[in-house]
Amino acid sequence: MHPAFSVLVFTVMSGAGYGLITLMVLGHMSGFAPQEDSVLIGGGVLALVMITVGLLSSTLHLANPKNAWRSFSRFKTSWLSREAVFAVLFYPFTLIYLAGVWFQGVEVGTFVALCGLVSAVLAMVTLFCTSMIYASLKTIRQWNSSLTPVNYIALGLMSGSLLLAAVQALVAGELAAVQLQMAMGLLVLGAVVKVVYLFWIGKPAGSTIKTATGFTQASVRLLDQGHTSNGFLNNEFGYTVEANKLVRLRLLMLALAFVMPFLLLLAASSALTVIAALLVIAGLLVERWLFFAEARHVVRLFHGDQRT
Amino acid sequence: MRLGLVVDLDSCVGCHGCATACKQWNTSGTIGPLSDKAPYGRNPNGAWLNRIRTYEVDDSPNSKTVHMPMSCMHCDDAACVTVCPTGASYKRSEDGIVLVDQDKCMGCNLCSWACPYGARELDPQEGTMKKCTLCVDRIYDEKLPEDERKPACVMTCPTKSRVFGDFDDPNSEVSKLVRERAGKQLLPELGYNPVNTYLPPRNKPVVEQYQPASLKDTVKGWVNKVISR
Repeated sequence: MHPAFSVLVFTVMSGAGYGLITLMVLGHMSGFAPQEDSVLIGGGVLALVMITVGLLSSTLHLANPKNAWRSFSRFKTSWLSREAVFAVLFYPFTLIYLAGVWFQGVEVGTFVALCGLVSAVLAMVTLFCTSMIYASLKTIRQWNSSLTPVNYIALGLMSGSLLLAAVQALVAGELAAVQLQMAMGLLVLGAVVKVVYLFWIGKPAGSTIKTATGFTQASVRLLDQGHTSNGFLNNEFGYTVEANKLVRLRLLMLALAFVMPFLLLLAASSALTVIAALLVIAGLLVERWLFFAEARHVVRLFHGDQRT
Repeated sequence: MRLGLVVDLDSCVGCHGCATACKQWNTSGTIGPLSDKAPYGRNPNGAWLNRIRTYEVDDSPNSKTVHMPMSCMHCDDAACVTVCPTGASYKRSEDGIVLVDQDKCMGCNLCSWACPYGARELDPQEGTMKKCTLCVDRIYDEKLPEDERKPACVMTCPTKSRVFGDFDDPNSEVSKLVRERAGKQLLPELGYNPVNTYLPPRNKPVVEQYQPASLKDTVKGWVNKVISR
Protein backbone atom coordinates (compact mmCIF):
# COMPACT_ATOMS: atom_id res chain seq x y z
CA MET A 1 0.00 0.00 0.00
CA HIS A 2 1.16 3.50 -0.77
CA PRO A 3 1.90 5.20 2.58
CA ALA A 4 0.14 8.59 2.46
CA PHE A 5 2.08 10.94 4.74
CA SER A 6 -1.07 12.67 5.98
CA VAL A 7 -2.45 9.34 7.19
CA LEU A 8 0.82 8.44 8.94
CA VAL A 9 0.80 11.78 10.79
CA PHE A 10 -2.89 11.38 11.62
CA THR A 11 -2.70 7.88 13.10
CA VAL A 12 0.51 8.50 15.07
CA MET A 13 -0.41 11.95 16.43
CA SER A 14 -4.03 11.19 17.29
CA GLY A 15 -3.05 7.79 18.70
CA ALA A 16 -0.54 9.43 21.04
CA GLY A 17 -3.03 12.15 21.96
CA TYR A 18 -5.79 9.65 22.79
CA GLY A 19 -3.35 7.52 24.76
CA LEU A 20 -2.16 10.58 26.70
CA ILE A 21 -5.65 11.77 27.64
CA THR A 22 -6.75 8.27 28.65
CA LEU A 23 -3.76 7.61 30.93
CA MET A 24 -3.88 11.13 32.34
CA VAL A 25 -7.57 11.00 33.24
CA LEU A 26 -7.33 7.49 34.65
CA GLY A 27 -4.22 8.47 36.63
CA HIS A 28 -5.97 11.57 37.95
CA MET A 29 -9.13 9.69 38.94
CA SER A 30 -7.43 6.74 40.55
CA GLY A 31 -5.06 9.04 42.39
CA PHE A 32 -1.72 7.57 41.40
CA ALA A 33 -0.56 10.33 39.02
CA PRO A 34 -0.57 13.15 38.00
CA GLN A 35 -2.01 15.26 40.83
CA GLU A 36 -1.02 18.83 39.83
CA ASP A 37 -3.61 20.87 37.92
CA SER A 38 -0.87 22.49 35.78
CA VAL A 39 0.23 19.04 34.53
CA LEU A 40 -3.39 18.04 33.81
CA ILE A 41 -4.00 21.25 31.83
CA GLY A 42 -0.66 20.95 30.01
CA GLY A 43 -1.25 17.30 29.13
CA GLY A 44 -4.85 17.97 28.09
CA VAL A 45 -3.87 20.87 25.81
CA LEU A 46 -1.02 18.85 24.28
CA ALA A 47 -3.38 15.92 23.63
CA LEU A 48 -6.02 18.15 22.06
CA VAL A 49 -3.44 19.85 19.85
CA MET A 50 -2.04 16.51 18.67
CA ILE A 51 -5.48 15.05 18.04
CA THR A 52 -6.65 18.15 16.20
CA VAL A 53 -3.51 18.36 14.06
CA GLY A 54 -3.93 14.65 13.28
CA LEU A 55 -7.59 14.97 12.34
CA LEU A 56 -6.91 18.01 10.14
CA SER A 57 -4.02 16.17 8.52
CA SER A 58 -6.30 13.19 7.79
CA THR A 59 -8.53 15.39 5.66
CA LEU A 60 -5.53 16.23 3.45
CA HIS A 61 -5.60 12.81 1.79
CA LEU A 62 -9.20 13.30 0.65
CA ALA A 63 -9.46 13.97 -3.06
CA ASN A 64 -12.80 15.75 -2.66
CA PRO A 65 -12.79 17.25 0.88
CA LYS A 66 -15.86 19.39 0.31
CA ASN A 67 -17.95 16.27 0.98
CA ALA A 68 -16.06 15.35 4.18
CA TRP A 69 -19.02 16.40 6.33
CA ARG A 70 -21.00 13.51 4.87
CA SER A 71 -18.64 11.04 6.53
CA PHE A 72 -20.74 11.09 9.71
CA SER A 73 -23.69 9.54 7.92
CA ARG A 74 -22.92 5.80 7.81
CA PHE A 75 -22.35 5.05 11.48
CA LYS A 76 -24.19 1.73 11.24
CA THR A 77 -21.81 0.11 8.74
CA SER A 78 -18.60 2.06 8.23
CA TRP A 79 -15.70 2.10 10.72
CA LEU A 80 -14.46 5.33 9.15
CA SER A 81 -17.81 6.94 9.86
CA ARG A 82 -17.77 5.62 13.44
CA GLU A 83 -14.27 7.04 13.91
CA ALA A 84 -15.42 10.45 12.69
CA VAL A 85 -18.45 10.47 15.00
CA PHE A 86 -16.52 9.40 18.10
CA ALA A 87 -13.65 11.79 17.32
CA VAL A 88 -16.07 14.73 17.31
CA LEU A 89 -18.03 13.44 20.33
CA PHE A 90 -14.74 13.29 22.27
CA TYR A 91 -14.18 17.07 22.19
CA PRO A 92 -17.01 18.42 24.41
CA PHE A 93 -16.35 15.89 27.20
CA THR A 94 -12.62 16.60 27.17
CA LEU A 95 -13.18 20.37 27.12
CA ILE A 96 -15.62 20.18 30.06
CA TYR A 97 -13.12 18.05 31.99
CA LEU A 98 -10.23 20.43 31.30
CA ALA A 99 -12.39 23.48 32.15
CA GLY A 100 -13.34 21.74 35.39
CA VAL A 101 -9.69 21.19 36.27
CA TRP A 102 -8.95 24.80 35.32
CA PHE A 103 -11.62 26.26 37.62
CA GLN A 104 -11.83 23.68 40.41
CA GLY A 105 -8.23 22.42 40.57
CA VAL A 106 -7.35 18.78 41.13
CA GLU A 107 -10.36 18.14 43.40
CA VAL A 108 -12.99 18.17 40.65
CA GLY A 109 -16.71 17.65 41.13
CA THR A 110 -18.60 14.47 40.18
CA PHE A 111 -19.89 15.87 36.88
CA VAL A 112 -16.41 16.93 35.71
CA ALA A 113 -14.95 13.60 36.84
CA LEU A 114 -17.67 11.79 34.90
CA CYS A 115 -16.91 13.86 31.78
CA GLY A 116 -13.24 13.00 32.20
CA LEU A 117 -13.99 9.29 32.36
CA VAL A 118 -16.28 9.52 29.33
CA SER A 119 -13.58 11.32 27.36
CA ALA A 120 -11.06 8.59 28.30
CA VAL A 121 -13.48 5.91 27.10
CA LEU A 122 -14.25 7.84 23.89
CA ALA A 123 -10.52 8.26 23.24
CA MET A 124 -10.00 4.50 23.34
CA VAL A 125 -13.14 3.85 21.30
CA THR A 126 -11.97 6.31 18.62
CA LEU A 127 -8.54 4.68 18.50
CA PHE A 128 -10.21 1.27 18.18
CA CYS A 129 -12.38 2.55 15.30
CA THR A 130 -9.27 3.89 13.54
CA SER A 131 -7.61 0.49 13.81
CA MET A 132 -10.76 -1.31 12.65
CA ILE A 133 -10.76 0.71 9.41
CA TYR A 134 -7.63 -1.27 8.55
CA ALA A 135 -8.43 -4.52 10.36
CA SER A 136 -11.80 -4.88 8.61
CA LEU A 137 -10.30 -5.03 5.09
CA LYS A 138 -10.32 -8.65 3.94
CA THR A 139 -8.34 -7.59 0.88
CA ILE A 140 -5.14 -6.97 2.90
CA ARG A 141 -4.15 -9.99 4.93
CA GLN A 142 -1.42 -8.11 6.83
CA TRP A 143 -4.12 -5.86 8.29
CA ASN A 144 -7.10 -8.21 8.52
CA SER A 145 -6.22 -9.45 11.99
CA SER A 146 -7.05 -8.81 15.62
CA LEU A 147 -3.38 -7.89 15.99
CA THR A 148 -4.08 -4.60 14.19
CA PRO A 149 -6.36 -3.08 16.89
CA VAL A 150 -4.09 -4.53 19.59
CA ASN A 151 -1.14 -2.79 17.94
CA TYR A 152 -2.92 0.55 17.56
CA ILE A 153 -4.18 0.62 21.14
CA ALA A 154 -0.94 -0.65 22.70
CA LEU A 155 1.20 1.82 20.74
CA GLY A 156 -1.25 4.68 21.36
CA LEU A 157 -1.12 4.07 25.13
CA MET A 158 2.64 3.60 24.96
CA SER A 159 3.33 6.91 23.21
CA GLY A 160 0.73 8.58 25.45
CA SER A 161 2.52 7.36 28.59
CA LEU A 162 5.83 8.84 27.38
CA LEU A 163 4.15 12.14 26.54
CA LEU A 164 2.57 12.17 30.01
CA ALA A 165 5.97 11.61 31.62
CA ALA A 166 7.46 14.35 29.42
CA VAL A 167 4.68 16.81 30.32
CA GLN A 168 5.20 16.02 33.99
CA ALA A 169 8.94 16.65 33.55
CA LEU A 170 8.44 19.93 31.67
CA VAL A 171 5.54 21.44 33.63
CA ALA A 172 6.12 20.18 37.16
CA GLY A 173 9.89 20.17 36.77
CA GLU A 174 10.28 16.74 38.31
CA LEU A 175 9.53 13.18 37.28
CA ALA A 176 7.01 10.91 38.93
CA ALA A 177 8.41 7.43 39.50
CA VAL A 178 5.09 5.72 38.91
CA GLN A 179 4.74 7.40 35.48
CA LEU A 180 8.24 6.32 34.48
CA GLN A 181 7.48 2.74 35.50
CA MET A 182 4.22 2.80 33.57
CA ALA A 183 5.97 4.18 30.47
CA MET A 184 8.67 1.49 30.67
CA GLY A 185 6.09 -1.24 31.13
CA LEU A 186 4.09 0.01 28.13
CA LEU A 187 7.30 0.23 26.05
CA VAL A 188 7.94 -3.45 26.74
CA LEU A 189 4.31 -4.31 25.95
CA GLY A 190 4.41 -2.28 22.71
CA ALA A 191 7.64 -3.95 21.61
CA VAL A 192 6.22 -7.43 22.28
CA VAL A 193 3.01 -6.66 20.39
CA LYS A 194 4.96 -5.23 17.44
CA VAL A 195 7.40 -8.14 17.23
CA VAL A 196 4.53 -10.64 17.38
CA TYR A 197 2.91 -8.74 14.50
CA LEU A 198 6.12 -8.78 12.45
CA PHE A 199 6.47 -12.55 12.90
CA TRP A 200 2.79 -13.10 12.10
CA ILE A 201 2.85 -11.21 8.78
CA GLY A 202 6.01 -13.11 7.82
CA LYS A 203 4.10 -16.38 7.57
CA PRO A 204 3.02 -17.24 4.02
CA ALA A 205 -0.79 -17.15 3.82
CA GLY A 206 -3.67 -15.70 1.87
CA SER A 207 -4.72 -15.61 -1.75
CA THR A 208 -2.46 -16.40 -4.68
CA ILE A 209 -2.46 -15.51 -8.37
CA LYS A 210 -4.12 -18.90 -8.95
CA THR A 211 -7.21 -18.20 -6.86
CA ALA A 212 -7.27 -14.67 -8.27
CA THR A 213 -7.43 -15.80 -11.89
CA GLY A 214 -9.33 -19.04 -11.23
CA PHE A 215 -6.63 -21.24 -12.76
CA THR A 216 -5.93 -23.25 -9.64
CA GLN A 217 -4.30 -26.29 -11.27
CA ALA A 218 -1.55 -24.67 -13.31
CA SER A 219 1.09 -22.00 -13.00
CA VAL A 220 -0.05 -18.49 -13.97
CA ARG A 221 2.21 -15.64 -15.09
CA LEU A 222 1.31 -12.10 -16.07
CA LEU A 223 2.17 -11.35 -19.70
CA ASP A 224 0.72 -7.86 -20.00
CA GLN A 225 -1.09 -5.60 -17.53
CA GLY A 226 -2.91 -3.89 -20.39
CA HIS A 227 -1.57 -0.36 -20.04
CA THR A 228 1.85 1.14 -20.75
CA SER A 229 2.14 3.51 -17.78
CA ASN A 230 1.01 3.14 -14.20
CA GLY A 231 -2.62 3.75 -13.37
CA PHE A 232 -4.44 4.40 -10.09
CA LEU A 233 -4.22 0.76 -9.02
CA ASN A 234 -0.45 0.58 -9.59
CA ASN A 235 0.15 3.80 -7.69
CA GLU A 236 -2.13 2.94 -4.78
CA PHE A 237 -1.43 -0.78 -4.33
CA GLY A 238 1.75 -1.49 -6.30
CA TYR A 239 4.02 0.27 -3.81
CA THR A 240 7.06 -1.99 -3.38
CA VAL A 241 10.12 -1.58 -1.18
CA GLU A 242 13.25 -3.73 -1.47
CA ALA A 243 13.44 -6.43 1.18
CA ASN A 244 16.79 -5.28 2.58
CA LYS A 245 15.49 -1.73 3.00
CA LEU A 246 12.48 -3.10 4.88
CA VAL A 247 14.78 -5.01 7.25
CA ARG A 248 16.86 -1.88 7.90
CA LEU A 249 13.74 0.19 8.54
CA ARG A 250 12.35 -2.45 10.88
CA LEU A 251 15.54 -2.30 12.93
CA LEU A 252 15.43 1.51 12.90
CA MET A 253 11.80 1.39 14.02
CA LEU A 254 12.53 -1.02 16.89
CA ALA A 255 15.50 1.11 18.02
CA LEU A 256 13.72 4.49 17.78
CA ALA A 257 10.34 3.50 19.14
CA PHE A 258 11.24 0.97 21.83
CA VAL A 259 14.89 0.31 22.70
CA MET A 260 16.35 3.83 22.85
CA PRO A 261 13.41 5.40 24.78
CA PHE A 262 13.59 2.54 27.27
CA LEU A 263 17.30 3.12 27.84
CA LEU A 264 16.76 6.89 28.16
CA LEU A 265 14.01 6.35 30.74
CA LEU A 266 16.39 4.22 32.81
CA ALA A 267 18.42 7.39 33.45
CA ALA A 268 15.31 8.97 35.09
CA SER A 269 16.27 12.49 34.01
CA SER A 270 13.75 15.14 32.95
CA ALA A 271 15.56 16.21 29.77
CA LEU A 272 16.12 12.62 28.63
CA THR A 273 12.44 11.79 29.21
CA VAL A 274 11.42 14.58 26.85
CA ILE A 275 13.90 13.28 24.26
CA ALA A 276 12.55 9.75 24.75
CA ALA A 277 9.01 10.97 24.04
CA LEU A 278 10.15 12.68 20.83
CA LEU A 279 12.03 9.52 19.77
CA VAL A 280 8.91 7.42 20.29
CA ILE A 281 6.88 9.72 18.03
CA ALA A 282 9.60 9.53 15.34
CA GLY A 283 9.85 5.75 15.75
CA LEU A 284 6.09 5.35 15.48
CA LEU A 285 6.08 7.36 12.25
CA VAL A 286 8.52 4.78 10.87
CA GLU A 287 6.34 2.02 12.34
CA ARG A 288 3.21 3.41 10.62
CA TRP A 289 5.11 3.83 7.34
CA LEU A 290 6.10 0.15 7.53
CA PHE A 291 2.52 -0.81 8.43
CA PHE A 292 1.48 0.57 5.04
CA ALA A 293 4.55 -0.34 2.98
CA GLU A 294 4.45 -4.00 4.10
CA ALA A 295 0.71 -4.40 3.48
CA ARG A 296 0.08 -6.16 0.19
CA HIS A 297 -3.36 -5.75 -1.36
CA VAL A 298 -4.84 -8.69 -3.35
CA VAL A 299 -5.14 -6.48 -6.47
CA ARG A 300 -1.38 -6.98 -6.80
CA LEU A 301 -2.10 -10.58 -7.78
CA PHE A 302 -3.84 -9.40 -10.94
CA HIS A 303 -0.76 -7.33 -11.72
CA GLY A 304 1.55 -10.32 -11.57
CA ASP A 305 2.42 -10.97 -7.91
CA GLN A 306 2.33 -14.71 -7.21
CA ARG A 307 1.12 -14.33 -3.62
CA THR A 308 0.16 -11.70 -1.09
CA MET B 1 -32.82 -9.46 -10.20
CA ARG B 2 -29.08 -9.93 -10.06
CA LEU B 3 -27.67 -8.32 -13.16
CA GLY B 4 -24.13 -9.06 -14.21
CA LEU B 5 -21.78 -10.27 -16.89
CA VAL B 6 -20.41 -13.58 -18.02
CA VAL B 7 -16.97 -13.36 -19.64
CA ASP B 8 -15.83 -16.21 -21.86
CA LEU B 9 -12.08 -16.59 -21.39
CA ASP B 10 -12.01 -19.10 -24.24
CA SER B 11 -12.97 -16.63 -26.91
CA CYS B 12 -11.70 -13.30 -25.57
CA VAL B 13 -8.88 -12.13 -27.83
CA GLY B 14 -7.77 -9.22 -25.66
CA CYS B 15 -8.57 -6.47 -28.17
CA HIS B 16 -9.46 -3.92 -25.43
CA GLY B 17 -12.58 -3.04 -27.42
CA CYS B 18 -14.78 -3.42 -24.33
CA ALA B 19 -12.57 -1.04 -22.33
CA THR B 20 -12.59 1.56 -25.10
CA ALA B 21 -16.34 1.33 -25.66
CA CYS B 22 -16.85 1.58 -21.89
CA LYS B 23 -14.73 4.71 -21.62
CA GLN B 24 -16.46 6.27 -24.62
CA TRP B 25 -19.97 5.62 -23.29
CA ASN B 26 -19.41 6.36 -19.63
CA THR B 27 -17.34 9.51 -20.00
CA SER B 28 -20.59 11.23 -20.99
CA GLY B 29 -22.83 8.95 -18.92
CA THR B 30 -24.31 9.29 -15.43
CA ILE B 31 -20.95 9.17 -13.62
CA GLY B 32 -18.97 11.06 -16.26
CA PRO B 33 -16.58 12.48 -17.08
CA LEU B 34 -13.88 9.83 -16.87
CA SER B 35 -10.92 12.19 -16.84
CA ASP B 36 -7.39 11.54 -17.99
CA LYS B 37 -4.23 13.05 -16.61
CA ALA B 38 -1.55 13.85 -19.20
CA PRO B 39 -3.22 11.66 -21.87
CA TYR B 40 -0.54 12.55 -24.42
CA GLY B 41 2.30 12.90 -21.91
CA ARG B 42 5.06 10.55 -20.91
CA ASN B 43 2.97 8.81 -18.23
CA PRO B 44 -0.67 8.96 -19.24
CA ASN B 45 -3.07 8.17 -16.41
CA GLY B 46 -6.81 8.15 -16.16
CA ALA B 47 -9.93 6.50 -14.82
CA TRP B 48 -11.04 3.39 -16.69
CA LEU B 49 -13.85 1.15 -15.56
CA ASN B 50 -12.65 -1.91 -17.39
CA ARG B 51 -9.12 -3.32 -17.56
CA ILE B 52 -7.85 -6.24 -19.62
CA ARG B 53 -4.89 -8.23 -18.36
CA THR B 54 -3.15 -11.03 -20.18
CA TYR B 55 -1.79 -14.14 -18.50
CA GLU B 56 0.15 -17.20 -19.55
CA VAL B 57 -1.42 -20.24 -17.94
CA ASP B 58 0.49 -23.51 -17.49
CA ASP B 59 3.87 -24.33 -19.00
CA SER B 60 4.87 -25.14 -22.57
CA PRO B 61 3.73 -27.24 -24.45
CA ASN B 62 0.39 -26.91 -22.60
CA SER B 63 0.58 -23.18 -22.08
CA LYS B 64 -2.25 -20.93 -23.07
CA THR B 65 -2.55 -17.17 -23.34
CA VAL B 66 -5.62 -15.97 -21.48
CA HIS B 67 -7.02 -12.46 -21.70
CA MET B 68 -9.00 -11.48 -18.65
CA PRO B 69 -11.18 -8.38 -18.83
CA MET B 70 -12.15 -7.16 -15.38
CA SER B 71 -14.73 -4.62 -14.32
CA CYS B 72 -16.93 -4.33 -11.24
CA MET B 73 -18.28 -7.76 -10.21
CA HIS B 74 -21.36 -6.21 -8.53
CA CYS B 75 -20.73 -8.49 -5.54
CA ASP B 76 -23.59 -9.82 -3.44
CA ASP B 77 -21.55 -8.94 -0.34
CA ALA B 78 -20.04 -5.69 -1.53
CA ALA B 79 -17.54 -4.52 1.11
CA CYS B 80 -16.99 -1.30 -0.85
CA VAL B 81 -20.53 -0.30 0.12
CA THR B 82 -20.10 -1.33 3.75
CA VAL B 83 -16.92 0.70 4.31
CA CYS B 84 -18.14 3.86 2.57
CA PRO B 85 -18.47 6.56 5.28
CA THR B 86 -20.47 9.05 3.22
CA GLY B 87 -23.12 6.77 1.74
CA ALA B 88 -21.90 7.59 -1.77
CA SER B 89 -21.45 3.89 -2.58
CA TYR B 90 -24.65 1.92 -2.69
CA LYS B 91 -26.04 -1.33 -4.03
CA ARG B 92 -29.44 -1.17 -5.70
CA SER B 93 -31.87 -3.65 -4.16
CA GLU B 94 -33.89 -4.04 -7.35
CA ASP B 95 -31.10 -5.27 -9.65
CA GLY B 96 -27.94 -5.54 -7.54
CA ILE B 97 -26.00 -2.88 -9.43
CA VAL B 98 -23.34 -1.18 -7.27
CA LEU B 99 -23.06 2.55 -7.96
CA VAL B 100 -21.25 5.62 -6.63
CA ASP B 101 -23.19 8.83 -6.10
CA GLN B 102 -20.73 11.35 -7.51
CA ASP B 103 -22.32 14.19 -5.50
CA LYS B 104 -21.61 12.47 -2.17
CA CYS B 105 -18.16 10.90 -2.67
CA MET B 106 -15.33 12.58 -0.72
CA GLY B 107 -12.51 10.66 -2.40
CA CYS B 108 -11.12 8.87 0.67
CA ASN B 109 -10.14 5.77 -1.39
CA LEU B 110 -11.39 3.38 1.31
CA CYS B 111 -13.79 1.59 -1.06
CA SER B 112 -10.97 0.95 -3.52
CA TRP B 113 -8.99 -0.58 -0.64
CA ALA B 114 -11.94 -2.81 0.20
CA CYS B 115 -12.36 -4.02 -3.39
CA PRO B 116 -10.29 -7.13 -4.20
CA TYR B 117 -10.87 -6.83 -7.95
CA GLY B 118 -9.41 -3.38 -8.57
CA ALA B 119 -12.76 -2.29 -9.94
CA ARG B 120 -12.66 1.22 -8.51
CA GLU B 121 -10.41 3.97 -9.73
CA LEU B 122 -10.15 7.52 -8.44
CA ASP B 123 -10.77 10.13 -11.09
CA PRO B 124 -7.56 12.21 -11.11
CA GLN B 125 -9.43 15.39 -12.07
CA GLU B 126 -12.76 15.08 -10.28
CA GLY B 127 -11.41 13.55 -7.07
CA THR B 128 -14.30 11.11 -6.86
CA MET B 129 -14.42 7.33 -7.19
CA LYS B 130 -15.44 5.92 -10.56
CA LYS B 131 -16.63 2.43 -11.27
CA CYS B 132 -18.61 0.28 -13.69
CA THR B 133 -22.31 1.18 -13.71
CA LEU B 134 -23.26 -1.84 -15.81
CA CYS B 135 -24.37 0.96 -18.16
CA VAL B 136 -27.41 1.61 -15.99
CA ASP B 137 -28.14 4.52 -18.36
CA ARG B 138 -28.35 2.13 -21.35
CA ILE B 139 -29.99 -1.04 -20.09
CA TYR B 140 -33.23 0.65 -18.98
CA ASP B 141 -33.40 3.21 -21.80
CA GLU B 142 -36.67 2.57 -23.58
CA LYS B 143 -35.71 4.86 -26.44
CA LEU B 144 -33.11 2.31 -27.51
CA PRO B 145 -34.14 -0.74 -29.57
CA GLU B 146 -34.63 -3.71 -27.25
CA ASP B 147 -31.56 -5.65 -28.41
CA GLU B 148 -29.37 -2.61 -27.70
CA ARG B 149 -30.38 -2.33 -24.04
CA LYS B 150 -27.08 -3.88 -22.97
CA PRO B 151 -23.85 -2.50 -21.51
CA ALA B 152 -21.55 -0.83 -24.05
CA CYS B 153 -18.83 -3.45 -23.53
CA VAL B 154 -21.25 -6.28 -24.37
CA MET B 155 -22.53 -4.43 -27.44
CA THR B 156 -19.06 -3.87 -28.83
CA CYS B 157 -17.34 -7.20 -28.11
CA PRO B 158 -16.34 -8.57 -31.55
CA THR B 159 -16.04 -12.17 -30.35
CA LYS B 160 -19.23 -12.18 -28.27
CA SER B 161 -17.17 -13.06 -25.21
CA ARG B 162 -19.29 -10.92 -22.94
CA VAL B 163 -22.86 -11.81 -22.09
CA PHE B 164 -25.18 -9.64 -20.00
CA GLY B 165 -28.14 -10.98 -18.08
CA ASP B 166 -30.00 -11.81 -14.89
CA PHE B 167 -28.27 -14.42 -12.73
CA ASP B 168 -31.42 -14.92 -10.64
CA ASP B 169 -33.31 -16.26 -13.65
CA PRO B 170 -32.30 -19.92 -14.12
CA ASN B 171 -33.32 -19.79 -17.79
CA SER B 172 -31.36 -16.68 -18.72
CA GLU B 173 -28.45 -17.02 -21.12
CA VAL B 174 -25.93 -16.16 -18.42
CA SER B 175 -27.30 -18.80 -16.01
CA LYS B 176 -27.22 -21.44 -18.74
CA LEU B 177 -23.65 -20.56 -19.71
CA VAL B 178 -22.50 -20.72 -16.09
CA ARG B 179 -24.13 -24.15 -15.71
CA GLU B 180 -22.88 -25.62 -18.96
CA ARG B 181 -19.34 -24.25 -18.91
CA ALA B 182 -18.64 -24.47 -15.15
CA GLY B 183 -18.35 -20.72 -14.68
CA LYS B 184 -15.94 -19.53 -11.99
CA GLN B 185 -15.84 -16.61 -9.60
CA LEU B 186 -12.54 -14.86 -8.95
CA LEU B 187 -11.07 -14.91 -5.42
CA PRO B 188 -14.01 -16.90 -4.04
CA GLU B 189 -12.15 -17.45 -0.74
CA LEU B 190 -12.59 -13.80 0.24
CA GLY B 191 -16.36 -14.28 0.40
CA TYR B 192 -17.53 -11.25 -1.57
CA ASN B 193 -19.78 -13.47 -3.75
CA PRO B 194 -19.08 -11.67 -7.03
CA VAL B 195 -21.93 -11.85 -9.57
CA ASN B 196 -19.76 -11.63 -12.69
CA THR B 197 -18.59 -15.08 -13.69
CA TYR B 198 -15.76 -16.27 -15.91
CA LEU B 199 -16.01 -19.25 -18.26
CA PRO B 200 -12.70 -21.13 -18.26
CA PRO B 201 -11.06 -21.94 -21.62
CA ARG B 202 -11.99 -25.29 -23.11
CA ASN B 203 -9.31 -27.96 -23.18
CA LYS B 204 -7.70 -28.31 -26.56
CA PRO B 205 -5.56 -31.17 -27.92
CA VAL B 206 -1.87 -30.73 -27.21
CA VAL B 207 0.06 -29.68 -30.32
CA GLU B 208 2.61 -32.35 -31.19
CA GLN B 209 6.12 -31.05 -30.94
CA TYR B 210 8.81 -31.50 -33.59
CA GLN B 211 11.47 -33.82 -32.22
CA PRO B 212 14.86 -33.22 -33.85
CA ALA B 213 16.49 -36.54 -34.82
CA SER B 214 20.20 -37.29 -35.05
CA LEU B 215 21.99 -37.00 -38.41
CA LYS B 216 22.27 -40.80 -38.66
CA ASP B 217 18.51 -41.32 -38.11
CA THR B 218 17.69 -38.60 -40.62
CA VAL B 219 19.84 -40.23 -43.35
CA LYS B 220 18.37 -43.65 -42.46
CA GLY B 221 14.89 -42.21 -42.87
CA TRP B 222 15.69 -40.83 -46.30
CA VAL B 223 17.24 -44.16 -47.43
CA ASN B 224 14.19 -46.11 -46.17
CA LYS B 225 11.87 -43.76 -48.07
CA VAL B 226 13.90 -44.23 -51.32
CA ILE B 227 14.04 -48.02 -50.94
CA SER B 228 10.32 -48.39 -50.26
CA ARG B 229 9.66 -46.73 -53.63
